[in-house]
Amino acid sequence: MRRRGLRVAAGLYVALIFLFLYLPIGILVLFSFNRSRLSTVWTGFTLDWYRELFSDYAIWLATSNSLIVGLASALISTIIGTMAAFALHRYSFRGKALFESLLQLPIVIPEIVMGVSLLAFFVLINMPLGVHTVTIAHVAFNISFVTVVVRARLYSFDTTLEEAAMDLGANRWQTFFRVTLPLIAPGVLAGFLIALTLSLDDFIIAFFTAGVGSTTLPMQVYSMMRFGVTPKVNALSTLILAVVIAIGVIGQFALRGKKERDPQADLAG
Amino acid sequence: MATSQTLARESALSVSEVKRRKVVGAHLLLLPAYLWLGLFFLFPLLIIVYYSLTVRGPLGASEAAFTLEHYARLWDPLYARILWRSLWLAIATTLITIVLAYPFAYALARAPQRWKTSLLLLSVIPFWTNFLIRTYAWMVILRSNGLVNAVLSSLGLIQEPLSLLFTPGAVLLGLVYGFLPFMILPIYAAIDRLDPSLLEAAADLGAKPWQTFVQVTLPLTAPGIAAGVLLVFVPALGMFVIPDLMGGAKVTLIGNLIQNQFLSARNWQFGSAASVVLMALVVLGLRLYKRFFRLEGVF
Repeated sequence: MRRRGLRVAAGLYVALIFLFLYLPIGILVLFSFNRSRLSTVWTGFTLDWYRELFSDYAIWLATSNSLIVGLASALISTIIGTMAAFALHRYSFRGKALFESLLQLPIVIPEIVMGVSLLAFFVLINMPLGVHTVTIAHVAFNISFVTVVVRARLYSFDTTLEEAAMDLGANRWQTFFRVTLPLIAPGVLAGFLIALTLSLDDFIIAFFTAGVGSTTLPMQVYSMMRFGVTPKVNALSTLILAVVIAIGVIGQFALRGKKERDPQADLAG
Repeated sequence: MATSQTLARESALSVSEVKRRKVVGAHLLLLPAYLWLGLFFLFPLLIIVYYSLTVRGPLGASEAAFTLEHYARLWDPLYARILWRSLWLAIATTLITIVLAYPFAYALARAPQRWKTSLLLLSVIPFWTNFLIRTYAWMVILRSNGLVNAVLSSLGLIQEPLSLLFTPGAVLLGLVYGFLPFMILPIYAAIDRLDPSLLEAAADLGAKPWQTFVQVTLPLTAPGIAAGVLLVFVPALGMFVIPDLMGGAKVTLIGNLIQNQFLSARNWQFGSAASVVLMALVVLGLRLYKRFFRLEGVF
């Protein structure tokens, strides 16, 4: 009897927290389809706000800036981070612990401090702010995340496979590109995706390192929000939510499908 | 690495020579990371440390003269209050999210298997969604002609709209809402890893459910809480978006102070001093925290 009561209470609590997490978002989405511009009363269904959104040049520009910065910074940080992960996994050397703490700093230091320090740096060296400065800044914090993710993948890597390849006559480069890289590719891809996500999501660092004309999408959203609550901001938020949730859900399922057909798991099993 | 060919080649070299080559290889692989982090992360931090210790010239540029006046100014009651408010809001946010997240994560981890995947997906989605958007969702609800006021006035409970937005309470609500998913996931991961046979053993040995919880479950899931605290406390301390959007000009935190000094007041020396203090608070806090909880794996 008591156990059952406990279970009902737990179920209720879970439902309540989900309500707390989702109700505000639900209301936001709902009012993006509301006809009235000002009222919180439902006055009828419309897609006008979405139409207005799609004809707004500033939003298209911000979206393309975000994509350029996201892809470029993810690519650069994936290369640098993967190399660092290899070095840390394979070798031990003096100063390794020091380098590892340096690598953790961008993860723990408040983003606003990174933002203002980079702003001070770019101003000091007279570099005009633009898409490139945001990219440089995003690579600086993404390297650490990529290294952590790729390194975690390397722990489960079986080095005897490389030795087998070399025994069979492959040289170092052939071994790397034909054996090592395909095996760690899921880890490298995961690192790339995390870097891309963090870059697309970042507002604070972009806010300090972007210049005129290099506004990213989160910056555009922020400046619209500061003007107040409008159905157009609701519509933009709804679209971003839809894209993020779709990518997340697809990713989740793709990852699960992949796990079942994991070549390394097969070998290990 | 120990192939027959390389082995033959390397055996001709002395052991120390092989070792030296390996170290050189490691540093070559690390070179791009050294350069990027050195130039675009460490050097900029050194610049703001320098600014924070130098005299501000008439045009706002730093003059090469040492001073501690910018740090001293942070003790001015006006700014000390901001520092204090940031600290207690971050602590309150962390504590509230632990209290809300723990039972939730526990129930989730103990949910029937067929529900678990969907429930977990539902708790991960807020984790992915953008901070700004989730803050904005509360602006829609709390503003003077927002949902709460509309409902209350239609019920005849209020005549004038309540000012719910732009209060410290609104900022706290925004922080808790924003960071709750960051507390749920690490705690869930820790509880999910917990071996149920340990709990059965405790029960078999005569422990009451609350004893099992305090003496077995809680200590074993503490690393999850510890990881959650890092993910919530550090960003909450430096947050300026939520106080800016939900607190208006009324609830200034250290993040807003830094932003103002760099972008509006253009006193970079004072803004740098505030940044260095914030950074020091975080780094020192983490060191103490690590020692206290004997955390090795987590940062």
